[in-house]
Amino acid sequence: MAVSTPDTIVKGAKTDIPPSVNRRWALGFLVAAIVTYVFYAFVVPNLGGAGKTFVATWIPAVATNEALVWVICAVGLNIVVGYAGLLDLGFVAFWAIGGYTAGWIMSTFIQAVNPGFYLLSAAYPDQPGIHLNWWLVLIIAACLCAFAGVLIGAPTLRLKSDYLALVTLAFGEIIPQVFLNADRFTNGARGIAPLDNVSALPFGPSAIAIGDVKIPISQPLGPFDTSAKFLLFSIVAAFAIFVSLRIREGRLGRAWLAIREDELAASMMGVPLMRTKLAAYAVGAFMGGLGGVVYAVHTNSVFPDRFTFSISILLLAMIVLGGMGNVWGVMIGALGLAWFNSTGLPQFGFWFNGQFGTEINFPSYSFLILGAILVLMMLFRREGLFPETRTRQILREAERSDAEELDGGEV
Amino acid sequence: MSADVATGTIPLTASNITVRFGGLLAVNDVSFTVPPASIVSLIGPNGAGKTTFFNVLTGLYRPTTGSVVLNDRNITGQTPHKIASLGLGRTFQNIRLFGLMTAAENVMVAMHSHTTSNIVQIVARTRHQRREEVESRAFAQQMLDFVGIGQHAEEYARNLSYGDQRRLEVARALALRPKVLLLDEPTAGMNPQESAVFVDFVRRVRDEQGVSILLIEHDMSVVMRASERITVLDQGEKIAEGGPEDIRNNPRVVEAYLGRTGTEGSAR
Repeated sequence: MAVSTPDTIVKGAKTDIPPSVNRRWALGFLVAAIVTYVFYAFVVPNLGGAGKTFVATWIPAVATNEALVWVICAVGLNIVVGYAGLLDLGFVAFWAIGGYTAGWIMSTFIQAVNPGFYLLSAAYPDQPGIHLNWWLVLIIAACLCAFAGVLIGAPTLRLKSDYLALVTLAFGEIIPQVFLNADRFTNGARGIAPLDNVSALPFGPSAIAIGDVKIPISQPLGPFDTSAKFLLFSIVAAFAIFVSLRIREGRLGRAWLAIREDELAASMMGVPLMRTKLAAYAVGAFMGGLGGVVYAVHTNSVFPDRFTFSISILLLAMIVLGGMGNVWGVMIGALGLAWFNSTGLPQFGFWFNGQFGTEINFPSYSFLILGAILVLMMLFRREGLFPETRTRQILREAERSDAEELDGGEV
Repeated sequence: MSADVATGTIPLTASNITVRFGGLLAVNDVSFTVPPASIVSLIGPNGAGKTTFFNVLTGLYRPTTGSVVLNDRNITGQTPHKIASLGLGRTFQNIRLFGLMTAAENVMVAMHSHTTSNIVQIVARTRHQRREEVESRAFAQQMLDFVGIGQHAEEYARNLSYGDQRRLEVARALALRPKVLLLDEPTAGMNPQESAVFVDFVRRVRDEQGVSILLIEHDMSVVMRASERITVLDQGEKIAEGGPEDIRNNPRVVEAYLGRTGTEGSAR
């Protein structure tokens, strides 16, 4: 690129979130992850009966791990919806594709491969099927999802907003149905279970001992090693957050913003609409794939009935609640709603029914409550709990040209 | 740019453009040339086909027949982003900036086709990507300084004053490094003093950025003062072409365009 005066003073890039803020949040994420790990791995086992019960009731380790899955997927969907402004109602499709990829290449499902193919896997030896190291599976599934995103996006992204939402909704319904009905390839409703055990690293010492607690390294992690899995899932979530923060800056992020602001003007300024939208779709799907694998590892299985429409909606609600476009806000929104949905509401229900002798099935009202929260948000805090600076602009301040048109600015 | 003048390349030629919408003939066999380093205007009463013609040039419509050649390349039927990256910049009648992006970011969007960093390079923040960012930002600042709003580089576009938004649109279009700059009613909403300043500004853009300028304008005083050549459309057909004086005195133009209200043409 030719710049005639290279000595022009270059001002610091004005980014949406100042780097210092990002650094503070990143540090916060790191500290929170370590504290959470220490809490579950070291503190909880040594708690007395009451403390243990409280944790198991209100903040079970399983729910914490699952919340990380939601964070990964919400951050991915945020790229499509928050950055590029494309409404996607079928994100669960990528979650499902990621999950089934894990089911295929890290379990005994593909019986035809006998003796089994092992690659740096922590799985039990001497089984049929393909057993890849789970980090590899993450990469493969994510890339496969990105590819699927391009395949789905290529015909659909030509549509304008409302129609795009409808078609993505259809894909979100179709793909889980395909997995349900393609019995031979997916085991149908019986799903794929169990999946291989995973390990932090394929080699090295089995575990590092700190006092009487061991931090597993190459030791296979079973379904009950939740705290060790928490660490692994945190790394994947951190990666997803890192990528979506980085990609926001630079030419691609600007092109997405421009498309979100004014598609026609963006194309007239040399931004290729299809390619740029497809890139958003692919990156979002990539993260959906990561989330799908992490969820499969978390539950140690893949079942088609888990991939419901409500997942797509819940993900959208997380983004809206947290603050569309702002990665950190979306993360908080995802953690909060995931906890509310998996633990908060059911446990509140138990407590309430126990207190008042009622028999209300609280979890069945979760979407009613969620809807009410969203309506209240739209009334009183449309920009979400942690909005990006730009969005705060549009909602809190009058647009200058709008105001000036009133006194005859535009003829 | 200035080399084009020497080699004699015509920046933009539209030949025998016809656009039909069903039974409606919006533009009928219009040919049109933008000479190097010139300011030319396209005028005509409402419904004359100006906007349709404009949309053919920028790639929004594909002409039923005819061809558009930009800087020796046939761009007929190309996508808008392709045409833009080949050197056709434009502004919009009703300003279409990216409101929630800063002035500098607005300009940098238009440099998309001149930069190459891919997703991996952006995430990894490679040296190439960082250099490209620094250079883009420097160039954007240069463009903003040129149009006179350099001090507002970090302001959101929607918060700029009306006149500054017009200038920002020009800066953004110039970041495409265009051969031809299309200005769609740039003085709409300006008072006569502001319009006069804008005419000087348009001349300066032509002289210092080495682009040819095609103006669509309603304000006759602006058209007459700014342009070296004027093309008049009426009901989809070209009815006159020539210098400001010729057009002012052309009876067909007066009849078709100024005739009814009369006073507008003679008063100015």
